[in-house]
Amino acid sequence: MSTVVATLRRTASGGATLVWTALVVVPLYWVVVTSLRGRSDFTMGNPLALPGRPTLDNYRTVLDGDFTTYLLNSVIVTVATVAIVMAVALMAAFSIVRYTNPWSRLTFRLYLLGLAIPLQAVIIPVYLLIIRMQMYDSLLAIVLPSAAFALPVTVMILVSFLRDIPRSLFEAMVVDGAGDWRMLLSLAAPMARPALVTVAVYDGLQVWNGFLFPLILTQSGDKAVLPLALTLYKGEFGIDVPATMAAVVLSTLPMLVVFVLARRQLVAGLTAGFSK
Amino acid sequence: MTTVVRTRRPVASHRARPATGRSGRRRYSGLLMAAPALLLFGLFGLVPLVGVLVLSLSRWDGLGSIGWSGFANWTGVLTDGATWQALWLTVKVMVVSWLVQTPVALALGLFQAPRGRLRALFAVLWFLPLLLSAVAIGLTWQALLDPSFGIGAAPGLHWLAKPLLGSPSLALYTVIFVIAWQFVPFHALLYQAGVRQIPVSLYEAAAIDGAGPVTRLLRITLPQLKYTFVTSSTLMLVGSLTYFDLIYVLSGGTGGPGTATRVLPLAMYITGFQTHDMGRASALATILVVFGLALSLLTTRLSGFTRMDSQQEGM
Repeated sequence: MSTVVATLRRTASGGATLVWTALVVVPLYWVVVTSLRGRSDFTMGNPLALPGRPTLDNYRTVLDGDFTTYLLNSVIVTVATVAIVMAVALMAAFSIVRYTNPWSRLTFRLYLLGLAIPLQAVIIPVYLLIIRMQMYDSLLAIVLPSAAFALPVTVMILVSFLRDIPRSLFEAMVVDGAGDWRMLLSLAAPMARPALVTVAVYDGLQVWNGFLFPLILTQSGDKAVLPLALTLYKGEFGIDVPATMAAVVLSTLPMLVVFVLARRQLVAGLTAGFSK
Repeated sequence: MTTVVRTRRPVASHRARPATGRSGRRRYSGLLMAAPALLLFGLFGLVPLVGVLVLSLSRWDGLGSIGWSGFANWTGVLTDGATWQALWLTVKVMVVSWLVQTPVALALGLFQAPRGRLRALFAVLWFLPLLLSAVAIGLTWQALLDPSFGIGAAPGLHWLAKPLLGSPSLALYTVIFVIAWQFVPFHALLYQAGVRQIPVSLYEAAAIDGAGPVTRLLRITLPQLKYTFVTSSTLMLVGSLTYFDLIYVLSGGTGGPGTATRVLPLAMYITGFQTHDMGRASALATILVVFGLALSLLTTRLSGFTRMDSQQEGM
């Protein structure tokens, strides 16, 4: 009896798995084959067939444009944001763990509250602030708010990690006469390294793919980051879907490389702090 | 090294406290360490939270000077049928998304949980949508669902050659499907991690008691996934308030066809940055803030998500 049920369950979950896999793989396959199609090949024939005469023309079209500018902007914004968030959040998490006074508890609660603020809800005041700070239409205008909104989750993850460092290690350093800064740099930072890498990869992915801040806070083409640039391509190429798909592939490649190099950290980062 | 770090003890006993001597200097450096993050988060996170309320009482076109307007924006927003429609669509997207994504994510998470080479391969494939930006996903599905040149032109798939995104009655559900495509892998990962955290001893005990696979699923796995379920649901519900990017791209920035997919964040964006009525947009944004905070307060109350201790304590 139970083997029948087990077989049924296995068949059902196997079937669901195949359906979902097809749902994920077919669109991604379509993106890649479409990006390799010539114009006429695209408008006629089976969209799921391999391209009759595969061509890299679409990639050439994209790369001949301003793609490198967009790519560079995305890299600058992502690296700067992640660097700021890591430095600032590690210090904040350390002080929250080291000091158990009401102030530090209040700070912690503020970051908790921050988790619940929808980005869109505060975009108008952020826009006003950025204009008043004379930063509108600069990469810094994307970096600072992105860093601010990456802070809550980053601080939470780092706090939960630093809390697990045995107290005796801190005490040993106090006996050695170490101050807070030395403890942060030579104890907390090295010990939190796995958490730092994980959360950096996670924050990096979020910033790389972020769209709202670039959309609202920048204007000129030479300040566009990749997700914004994709919408520009859509306008520029119009019905030239193969070129748009080539741009989609190119904009995703860097994250694919990160995925290949740091899959474990990426998966851990996505579930860290949530699956505990 | 990591084994030392990961040792779990009750929180209070191992929290590092500064020694009492030199505490003055210590407190000073602690403050200095907390300051940059607080400044950054305060300026762009907390100040705007108050700012959006203030702006909702003002008149501003996004460029010129800001004037006081009292409650005009609020009476305007609250008596406008479009606001209520946007709110209704937001709730609809939230609830239907949750109903669609939860069972699929749970099933996939359960399947992915046992380790194995084939499952690992599936896991890699399923993970791919998480790497794409919402814009890339939006452009892809928009082109893929094009009635003439999209996937409907493939043999056997002609039933898909319909204006799925262009029809007022189907557009919202198509959007919900694409949202699920983007986010189900993430929630499947959560459930997978949840299943893997269930102590093997529970299954061993059940096996001794002669429990079959169904009993094990219903009596051990599902109850043990309670926290994962609440966490995943919280993220889905609160997250559904932020499906801006995807809907923006799928509807070409209009929330259309007509207003068929104009959820609250999109209505806010269009009012503020296309119609240039920032005051009124801020009133809509305030509703969004209240909505978001109320939702997460409610769900954290229910779940104890804010508790920092381990749920495995005492196992």
